Amino acid sequence: MDDIQAILRNMMQVAVDPTTAAVAIAVIGLNIHFGYTGLLNIGQSAFMLLGAYGMAISITQGWPLVVAVIVGLAIAFVFALVLGVPTLKLRGDYLAIVTISAAEIVRYVGRSVGYERLFNLTGGAQGIAGSKYRSPFSNLSFFGSGNTTLLEFNYTDVANGATWVRLVGWVLVVGLIWTAIRIARGKIALESVTRTVALVVLILLTALLTFFLVPVNQQDTGVDGWWFTVVTWVLVGISLLIVVGLTRSPWGRALKGVREDEDAMRSLGKNVFAIKMQALVIGGLFGAIGGMMYVLPGSVQPDAMGRNITFFCYTALLLGGAATIWGPVLGSLIFFVGRIGIIGIANTYLSSDKYINIMNGQQTSQFAFILVGVALMLLVIFRPQGILGDKRELRFNV
Amino acid sequence: MSRTSLPERGGIARTAAYLGLLMLVAPLLLFFSGGPAEALTLCVPKADETACIAGTMGSRAEPISGVDVILTKPDGTTETQTTAEDGRFAFEVTEAGDYLVGVDPDTLPKGSELRPPSEASLRGPDGSIKVDNVQLGKSYGPTLAVRAKGFSTSTSKWDEFLQSSVNGIRLGLLLALASVGLSLIYGTTGLSNFAHAEQVTLGGMVGYGLVNLLGWNLWIGGLGVMIICGFTGWFQDRVLWQPLRRRGLGLTQMMIVTIGLSLAMQYSFQFFAGADTKRVVVEQATVRTFGPITITDRSLAAMAISAVFLALVGFALLRTRVGRATRAVSDNPALAQASGIDTDKVIRLVWTVAMALAGLSGLLYALVVNGIKWDTGLQILLLLFAAVTLGGLGTAFGALVGALIIGLVVELSPLVIPGDFKYAAALLILILLLLVRPQGLLGRAQRVG
Amino acid sequence: MSETTTARGLADPAARRELMSSVAAEPGSPKPDSILKVDNIVRNFGGIIAVDVDHLEVQRGIITALIGPNGAGKTTFFNLITGFDRPTSAGSGAHWSFDGATLDRTSASRVAKSGMVRTFQLTKALSRMTVMANMMLGAQNQAGENLAKCLFKPFWGAQEKEVEAKAIELLERFKLLEKRDDYAGSLSGGQRKLLEMARALMSDPKMIMLDEPMAGVNPALTQSLLGHIQSLRDEGMTVLFVEHDMHVVRHISDWVVVMAEGRIVAEGPADTVMSNQAVIDAYLGAHHDTDLGDDALLTDATLEQLEKEVAEEDAQREEEREAEEESRS
Repeated sequence: MDDIQAILRNMMQVAVDPTTAAVAIAVIGLNIHFGYTGLLNIGQSAFMLLGAYGMAISITQGWPLVVAVIVGLAIAFVFALVLGVPTLKLRGDYLAIVTISAAEIVRYVGRSVGYERLFNLTGGAQGIAGSKYRSPFSNLSFFGSGNTTLLEFNYTDVANGATWVRLVGWVLVVGLIWTAIRIARGKIALESVTRTVALVVLILLTALLTFFLVPVNQQDTGVDGWWFTVVTWVLVGISLLIVVGLTRSPWGRALKGVREDEDAMRSLGKNVFAIKMQALVIGGLFGAIGGMMYVLPGSVQPDAMGRNITFFCYTALLLGGAATIWGPVLGSLIFFVGRIGIIGIANTYLSSDKYINIMNGQQTSQFAFILVGVALMLLVIFRPQGILGDKRELRFNV
Repeated sequence: MSRTSLPERGGIARTAAYLGLLMLVAPLLLFFSGGPAEALTLCVPKADETACIAGTMGSRAEPISGVDVILTKPDGTTETQTTAEDGRFAFEVTEAGDYLVGVDPDTLPKGSELRPPSEASLRGPDGSIKVDNVQLGKSYGPTLAVRAKGFSTSTSKWDEFLQSSVNGIRLGLLLALASVGLSLIYGTTGLSNFAHAEQVTLGGMVGYGLVNLLGWNLWIGGLGVMIICGFTGWFQDRVLWQPLRRRGLGLTQMMIVTIGLSLAMQYSFQFFAGADTKRVVVEQATVRTFGPITITDRSLAAMAISAVFLALVGFALLRTRVGRATRAVSDNPALAQASGIDTDKVIRLVWTVAMALAGLSGLLYALVVNGIKWDTGLQILLLLFAAVTLGGLGTAFGALVGALIIGLVVELSPLVIPGDFKYAAALLILILLLLVRPQGLLGRAQRVG
Repeated sequence: MSETTTARGLADPAARRELMSSVAAEPGSPKPDSILKVDNIVRNFGGIIAVDVDHLEVQRGIITALIGPNGAGKTTFFNLITGFDRPTSAGSGAHWSFDGATLDRTSASRVAKSGMVRTFQLTKALSRMTVMANMMLGAQNQAGENLAKCLFKPFWGAQEKEVEAKAIELLERFKLLEKRDDYAGSLSGGQRKLLEMARALMSDPKMIMLDEPMAGVNPALTQSLLGHIQSLRDEGMTVLFVEHDMHVVRHISDWVVVMAEGRIVAEGPADTVMSNQAVIDAYLGAHHDTDLGDDALLTDATLEQLEKEVAEEDAQREEEREAEEESRS
C-alpha cells in the first residue's frame, strides 16, 4: 500500500504540475487547428518554443514581463503567417510536412552556436536557464512564502488513514469522473446551463476528493510552487472559455465547415484561406502561451521542445477527444499522469528485486514511451473520437 | 446499406492481437539485449556530480588514433588522454565552468593540423576549442577535426567543395534508397509514413545484431537485413495497414497511427539496444585518396550498392509488368483496380520492397558513419520527407532527384553557413520550393475541383 | 433592378416562349438580357482539350439546361466559370462576366459572393455538422464570422436569429425541417442534393448553378427536385443546370445548350434541339431507349408508391442505426 501511495503521490504531483497545464494550453491550440479546422499542424512545438524564446529573451534583455509576453505572442503570430502563406492553399499533407520541417528549423536555429550574437541570446543547445527570466513572474506572487498542503484535512485524519478509507475514496472518484464523462458526452441529457454547472461542480468535487486522498505539499511561490500551478491552471480555464466562445460562434461554425469540405465552403462564398489562416494564428498563439508557461518553472531548452512534444500533444488531444471543449485538458491530464503512473509501476514492480526485475531504471521510462506510442496507435484505430468525442461523427469518414 | 460500413469484428480482434506482436518489433531485437554490454560510452555524466567532455578525434568515419588530447580546466590545470583505435576521448570532470580542448600537434598525423571551428565563439587560444559553461550532469562533444597543413583558403575552398560534393552524393544515394520506398508508399496508398525512418534505424540495428553480435559475414548479413526488413514490411501491411484500409480509416488518422508506430519503435530500440551508438563493423575502413578527395572503401561500396539497387528499382518500375502495375496504382487506384490489377497485392509488394530498401539504407548508413543509434532515423526522417516532397510526392524518380539535392545541400551548406544550420538549410529549401512549385520538381500539377 | 420586373413576367410559360422565340437557335447566339457571358474559354488536361467554348450567353430569369454526353466537359466548364479551375486560355483572350462584373480573375468564393452559387455533382454536404449548421453557413455577410466580433454575441446575435428563421423557412420548403438536428452525413443521397440546393439558396443568389442535381436521386425525389427548380425560376432566379439525360430536363428547361467534346454544338428550345440532327448523331442516338425521364414513370400513382417505399427504407435505416448504436455502447 505504501508503494501504491507513493506512485499515486507522484501522479498527483504531475497532475498539479504547471507544465502539465502548460501543455494542456498548447493542446487547446492544437485542437483549434486539428480538431475544429482540420489543419494538420505537426509543428505545435515550434509555436511553444518561439513563445518561450520570445518571452525569456525579452526578459533577459531587461524588458518588463508584459512586453515580453507580447513579444512572444508576436513572434508566434508572424511564424503562423509565414507558415500559412505557402501551405494553406495546398493539400493538407503539405502543411504537415512544412510545419514539422519549420519546427525543426526553429529548433536547429535555437540550438546553434554558429552566430555569436544569436548564441548570446538563445544560449545554444543548453538554452536559457530559468533563473535568468523567472523572477518577474514569481515576484508577482501574492501567495507569500512557506509551504501549503492541499488538503490539510486528508485521508490520514479519517480512521488513521486506513486502507478502506482510501478504497472508498477512489471508488467515489471513479464514480464522479464516470458521471462527468457521461454528462460531457451527452449521455445524461441536461440543459446547456445546468450541464455546465453540473460539470464544473463534479470536476471540483473530484479534484477536492483527489486532494483528500493524495495530499500535495508544495512551496507557495518557489519554482513548481502553488503560484505557478494556480496561474497556469487559471490560464487553462481562461483558454477554455475563449474556445467555448469561439467555437459556438458563427466563426467556429465556419472552421468546422472548412474541416468538412473546403470546396463546399468556397461555393458558399467563404474565404477559406482567411479562415484557415485565422485558425492557424489563434491556435499558434495558444501554443505560444503554453510554451511560455511550460518554461517558467524550468528552462528554455530547444531539444526539450522538439517533435516529441508535438506528438505528445496529438496523443493527449486524441485521447481526450478532438473537437471537444474539455478533451484537450482531460487528455493532457491522463497522458502525463498516466505516463508517470506507468513509470512508477514499472519502477516499483518491474525493476526491483522485491518483485520482478526485468528492466533497469532507464528502461522504465522508455517502456512508458513505448506504451505511449502503442496507445496512440490503438486509440486512433479503435477509438478515434477519444473519451469525450461523439461517436455518431465517426460514421462519416472524411 | 449501412451494414457494409461496419468494421468486421474478427478483423479488429486479429489486428489488435497482431499489433501487440508487432510492437515487440522486435522479437528481432530481443537477441541484442542478451549481448555483452560494450563499454562504448566511456563517460556517463551523473547528475550534480560529473559532466563529460567526450568526442572522436577526426570524424566518426575516419577516426585518428594516438593523438594526445589536452583538456584545460577552469583552474588552469590540464589533463591529457591519448585516443585509442576508434579515435575516442572522454574526460570526466567534476566542476562546472569553462573548459578548453586542444591537441598536441606533434601527435597528429604528419602534414595535418586541427581544424579551427568555423564559429568564432568556439575558438580558444592556441588553436584550442572552447567548451564554455559546462554544467554537471551533462555531456559535451567538441569537434576535433583535422585538415591538411598549409591549408590556404584559395585552393582549399575548391577542394573542400569537391570533398563535400562527394559526401553529398553519398548521403543523397543513401537517402534515395529510403525515400524511393517512402514515395512509392505515398503514391500507392496516399499515406505519409512517419515510421519510415525507424525502418532505416531497424536496418542498421538488425545489421548490428547479425554482423556484430552473431558474427555473420557482412554480405550475408546485408542480405539478412533486407530479408528481415522486407518481412517487417510485408507483415505490417498484412496485419496493420491493409486491415485499416479495408475499414476505411482516413489518411490523416493512418498518418497519426504511423506517428504512434514511430514513437513505439524509437523507444523500443532504446529499450532493447540502449542509447549508445552500435557499430556494425568494428574494424576501421581503409581510406583511399583521389586527389583532394578522401573516402573510405566502405563508402565507395555503399554508394555502388545504392546505385545498383536504385537502378534495379527504376528498371523494375519502367520495364516489368509488376512495375507498370505499381505505377498504374499510383496514378489512379480505382482505374487500376477496374482494369484488373490486384491493388492489394501491389501495395503489399510495395511495402515489402520499401522496407527492404529502407533496411538496406540503414545498414549502409551505419557502415558509412560508423554506427547506428536509436535516433538515427529520427534525424534523417525530415530529410527523407524533404527529398520526397522536393521531387514530387508519390513519384519514385522525383524522390531520387530530391534525395540527391537534399544530400548535396546538407553537405555543401556548411561551406557558407555554420555547420549546425545544415539540416535547417535543407528544410528551408524545401519550404521555398513549395512556394514556387508545390507539386515538386517532377510532380504533375494537380487537377483542382 | 430589372431582375424583378422580368421575373414577374417570366413566371408565365407563354411569356418565356415569346421571349426566347426571337433568339436564334444556334451555338453562341446573343440573348435579349444575358446575365452570364462567356468568351473563349479553353481548358487543356495534359494535351487533351476538355473545354473549348467560343461564346455563350445565358438569359436572365429562365431555366437553361447544359446537356451533353458523359465526358463532354460540362462539369469542367462549370468549374471554370465558378472559379474552381483556371482556363488554360487565361490571360490570352479568356473572358467571362456575370451580371456585368468581370470574373476573369475572381476566386471561387468571390464568384459565390457576387451572386452566382453552385452545387456539386458529388454532393458536398458537410457531413459532421448538423443540417441546420449546414444551412446557417450558406448565409452571406455574417458579422459573427468575423474573428474580431465573434466572441461578442451582441454583434451577431440578432443576425443569427434572422439567418436561422430563413434557414427554417427553406428547410420547411425542401421538407428537411425534421432533420434539422441530424448530421448531414446521415441523410440519403437525394436529401443531400436538396440540402445542398437549400444551402445555396441561403445566400439569395441571382443565379444558381446545379451540377447534375438529379444524379443518384430516386425518381420520386427527382420530381420534387424538378418542382423546386421551376419554382425558383418563377420567383425570378436564373437557373443553369447540367444534366446528361435530355429527357429529364425536357419539360422544365426553357433553353437547352448542348455540349459535346468540349464544344457547344447546339442551342435552342428543347424540342428544336431534340430534332437537331447533329445533336441526335453526337449524343442522343446511343441511349434513346433507356429512358428514365419518361413521363409515364411519373404518374401520381407511381409517385405515391415510390414515396412510400422511400419512407419505409428511411425508417428501416433509422432502426438499424439505432440498433447499431445500442450494440456499440
